[in-house]
Amino acid sequence: MPQRHADRLLEAAGQIILGKERELRLALACLIARGHLLVEDVPGVGKTTLAHVFARLLGLQFQRIQFTSDLLPADIVGVSIFDRETASFRFHPGPLFAQLILADEINRATPKTQSALLEAMEERQVTADGRTLALPSPFFVIATQNPANQIGTFPLPESQLDRFLMRIRLGYPGRLAERALLMGEDRRHMVERQGPVLSMDELRALQRAAHEVAVAEPLIDYVQALLGATRNDPTLAAGLSPRAGLALLAASRAWALIEGRDHVLPEDVQLVFPHVAGHRLHLAGDGRALPAAALVRLLQSVAVT
Amino acid sequence: MPLDWPQRRRRTPAAEATSRPASLTRDQGLWLIGATAVTLAPHAPWLPGWLAALCGILLGARALLLWQGRRPPPGLILVLLAAAGSVGVRMTYGHFFGKDPGVALLALLLCLKLLEIRSARDVVATILLCFFMQLAVFFEDQSLPVALLALFGTLVAVITLLAQADPAASQRERVRSGAVLFAQGIPFMLVLFVLFPRIQGPLWGLPADASSASSGLSDSMSPGSISELSESAEIAFRAEFIGAPPEPAQRYWRGPVMTTFDGRTWRAARTQETGTPSYTPTGRRFDYRLTLEPHGRRWVLALDFPGLTTTPLRYASTNEALLSRPVERRTRLELSAYPDTPTGLDEPPAALAASLSLPEGYNPQSIALATRLAGGARDHNEILERVIAHLRTSGLIYTLQPPLVGRDSVDAFLFDTRRGFCEHFASAFVVLMRAVGVPARVVAGYQGGELNPIDGNLVVRQSDAHAWAEVWLAGRGWIRVDPTALAAPQRIESGLASALPAGEALPLTMRQNLAWLRDLRHRWEALSNAWNQRILGYNPDRQKELLERLGFGRDDWGALVGVMTGLCVSVLGMLIAWASWQYRKRDPLQRCWASFCGRLARKGYPREPWEGPLAYGKRLSESLPEHAQSLLEIAACYARARYGGTPTSADIRTLNHKISRLRL
Repeated sequence: MPQRHADRLLEAAGQIILGKERELRLALACLIARGHLLVEDVPGVGKTTLAHVFARLLGLQFQRIQFTSDLLPADIVGVSIFDRETASFRFHPGPLFAQLILADEINRATPKTQSALLEAMEERQVTADGRTLALPSPFFVIATQNPANQIGTFPLPESQLDRFLMRIRLGYPGRLAERALLMGEDRRHMVERQGPVLSMDELRALQRAAHEVAVAEPLIDYVQALLGATRNDPTLAAGLSPRAGLALLAASRAWALIEGRDHVLPEDVQLVFPHVAGHRLHLAGDGRALPAAALVRLLQSVAVT
Repeated sequence: MPLDWPQRRRRTPAAEATSRPASLTRDQGLWLIGATAVTLAPHAPWLPGWLAALCGILLGARALLLWQGRRPPPGLILVLLAAAGSVGVRMTYGHFFGKDPGVALLALLLCLKLLEIRSARDVVATILLCFFMQLAVFFEDQSLPVALLALFGTLVAVITLLAQADPAASQRERVRSGAVLFAQGIPFMLVLFVLFPRIQGPLWGLPADASSASSGLSDSMSPGSISELSESAEIAFRAEFIGAPPEPAQRYWRGPVMTTFDGRTWRAARTQETGTPSYTPTGRRFDYRLTLEPHGRRWVLALDFPGLTTTPLRYASTNEALLSRPVERRTRLELSAYPDTPTGLDEPPAALAASLSLPEGYNPQSIALATRLAGGARDHNEILERVIAHLRTSGLIYTLQPPLVGRDSVDAFLFDTRRGFCEHFASAFVVLMRAVGVPARVVAGYQGGELNPIDGNLVVRQSDAHAWAEVWLAGRGWIRVDPTALAAPQRIESGLASALPAGEALPLTMRQNLAWLRDLRHRWEALSNAWNQRILGYNPDRQKELLERLGFGRDDWGALVGVMTGLCVSVLGMLIAWASWQYRKRDPLQRCWASFCGRLARKGYPREPWEGPLAYGKRLSESLPEHAQSLLEIAACYARARYGGTPTSADIRTLNHKISRLRL
C-alpha cells in the first residue's frame, strides 16, 4: 500500500515540524510528482528544517548550498583539477551531486549561477569540460527565497520559475504549535537522531503509483476549463502554458495518492492549483505576483460539472 | 484534506421568511427601477406634464436612496404624496372616470409603490402593475415603436422577477433565462393573436375620448390655408395600386368641392348625396387600396373618379365620394378610379347657377380683366383658352410663402403681389371664369404622392394638399383645369419641392438632396405601413376571411376555441418535450446528481458552481449533522463514479438508491 508509506513519512515529519501538516503534504506531493519545490518565506520559519527532515526520513544524500552574489557556477557543479600523478584533469564534483539539495536564498546568486542550477534541475544532468554527467536519482531541489528583503537580489525570471513544480509558504506556526516548539527539544537534534522511515524502493513505488492514479475525462474537462480561465482573464499578463497544465495534473495525482484515492477529484486540482499556478501567473501591467484572493477568484469562476 | 473556501453566508428559506431584509439589494432595486422606467417612458407624452415630472422625480429619488443605501421615507409621507397626486389628477381631468385619469393614477401609484417595497410580494405586485401599464399604453398609441418599447418593458420586468427569485444568479444568467422565457411566450402570443375572437372597435372607446384631433383639409379655403398644410410631412393616406399607378399628372385625389365665395373664403356648398355616382364610369380603370389616416371628415379623398366598388360609398352631387361617418380611425378601402370619365354632362341649372355667383363689390380689377379677355370671344371654350393663356404669360410666381393679401385677394394676387400658392391660383382662375359667365368651382384635395420604393405604396402627405379648379362647358361637362400647373408645371409632374423657386426653405424631410434621409424615411414608412395593415388592420372581417380560408364556418366559435386551445396545448407540450430532452441529454449519473443538488438547493443549500462533490458533501454534512453519514456517502459515491473511470450501471443504481433513501 503506497499510501501507507506516505502516511508513515508524514507522521514522522509532523513530529518535528509542528502544525504544518498541509505544507508537509504539499512538499511530499511535490517530491512524489518528481518536481522541485520553491519555499518562499521569511527566515526562521523552518525552511531548512523542512529540507533536512525530508533528507533524513528518506535516507537521501543531502547538500545545502548557500547562494551568495559571489557564488560561481563551478562552485556548485564542480571543477576539473590537473592531477599530477595521472597527468590529466580530474573532475571534482560540486555539491550539486546529491539526492536532495537545499538551495538557500536562491535569489541572492547571479543569474549565471542560478541558471546553472535550474538547468541541472530540468535536465537532471550537468555538463562540465565537455562531458555529460548524470546527477543522482532521485534528484530533488528545495530552493528558498526571502520575499521581504529584495535589496541586492536577482529575482528569478518567469521562465525559470516554471522549473519549480510548486511554490509553498510556511508561515508562522499556530499558537499551540509554537508553544510545543518552544518547550520541546532542539529540532536539530531531533532531525539528526531521526533514521529513514522510507526506503529508496518505497519512494520509487510511491512515484510509480502516483503516475497510475486515474484521471477521468470529466476531470480533464475541468483542468482545461481552468487553463482556459487563466488564458481568458484580462487581468493576467499571460495564461498557464500546456507545461503548467501537465504540472497541475501531476501534482493533483500525487495529492490524490496521498489522500488515499486512486483517482483525481476536482477538489485535488483546486487544492494544488494555488501552489502550482501562483508563481507562474502575473498580473497584467506591472507584472506583480498574483494575490492569493485572485487565485481563489479564478477557481470560483470555473464550474465543476 | 479539503481546501478552505471563503464561506459565503446563506440564509435558509425558513430564516429568510422570518428575518426579511427591510429593503431590496441594490441589484434587485436597480432592475425594479429600470423596469418601471421602461414601462412608464412610453406613457410620458400622454400623462399631464406635472405628473410625468413627479414620476421622474420619484424614480430618481428611489434610485438615489438605493445608491446611498438609505431607507425609503416613512409611510405617512407616501400617503400624503398619493393624496396630493390624486387631487392633482382630479383637478387636471375634472373626474376620476375614463382611461386617462385611470392611467395617470396608476402611473403615480406605481412610482410610489417603489418607495414602500417591504417584501417579495410587493415586488411581484409592482411587476404585475408594470405589466398592466405596458398594456395600457396601447390605449393611446398603437404604433410599432410603442409596441416594441412595451415588449422591451415586458422583457425587463420578467428579468426583474428572476432577479427577485434568485439573487445569487449572475446578470448574464438572468438576462438569458428572461429572454428564454420571453421567447417561449411568443408562440402563445401568435396563436392568441390570430385566433382569439376579435371584437369590432376598441374596447376602451369611451365617449369623452372619441374625438381625435387631426390635421388635414377643411371644408373652407382662404388664402394661406393650404400653404399651411404644406409645411407638414405627416401622411394623409396611402394608396396601394394593383398594377401600375396612374402617371403623376393624373393623380388628383378629390376632397371637398367649394362653390360659394364670399370674396375671401371659399366654402363647400350643401350637396345632395346618392348611393350611386351621377356619372357613368368609362375609360381606363385603376384598382387600388386606400388607407386613410384619421382626418375627422367624411370625404374619402378618392382618385378621380371613383367607380362602384364593394365598399359602400356615398356620392355627392359635386362628385366627391363620402363615407357615412367621419374617419376617426385608420380606415382601409378597396377602390377603383376611372380618370377619363366625363362628368356633369346633364348638370342641373341650379347647380350651374350656384357656380356662377360672385360677391358684389369684390375684386373689381379682376372682373374688368376677365371682361376684357372675354371681349369678342365666340364661346366659353375660347374664353377658357384666353384666360389660360393670360395666366400662363403674366409671370405669376409659385411660392410656399405668399405675401399676405388684403380685402380683394384676387386683385392683389393678379396685379400686385403676383406670388401665390395653389389656392391663390385656383381662386383667381375661378373668379375670372365666373366674372364672364362660365360656371367654375374650386376643388380641394391632394395632388401627386410619392412612391415608396420599398413596398411600392404611394404615400400622400399633407404637403401634397392642393387646390385646383373645374369649369363647366356645354357638351363637355366639368373640365379639370389646374391653374397652378400653368405657372409651375413641375408641381404637378414631380411634386412641391421641385416647383419652388431656388432658395426657398423647405421642411427637412422634403429636401431632395438628403438621399439617405429619404431612404430611411421610406423604409420606416414601409415598415409602419406593414404594421398598420397586418397587425392593427387585423379586424373581425379579416379574421373571418382568414378563418374561412382555413376551413372554418362563419360563426363556428366552438371549433375556433377548440383549435386555439389545441394549438396552445401543443405549443406547451413541445416546449416541455424540448426541456425534458435537454435534461435527458445529460448522462444518467449527472441527472442523478443534479436531482440531488436540486433537492438540497430547495432546502436552502445550493451547490456553488465551482464546488466539487466531496467539498459539497462535507459542507452539507456540517449544515445537516443528522444526515451527515448519508450525505457524505452520496457525495463520495458520486465522486467515485464520476471521476474514478467509466461509471457502471451498478454505480448509478447504488447512487440512486442512496439518494432515494435520504429523508430530509
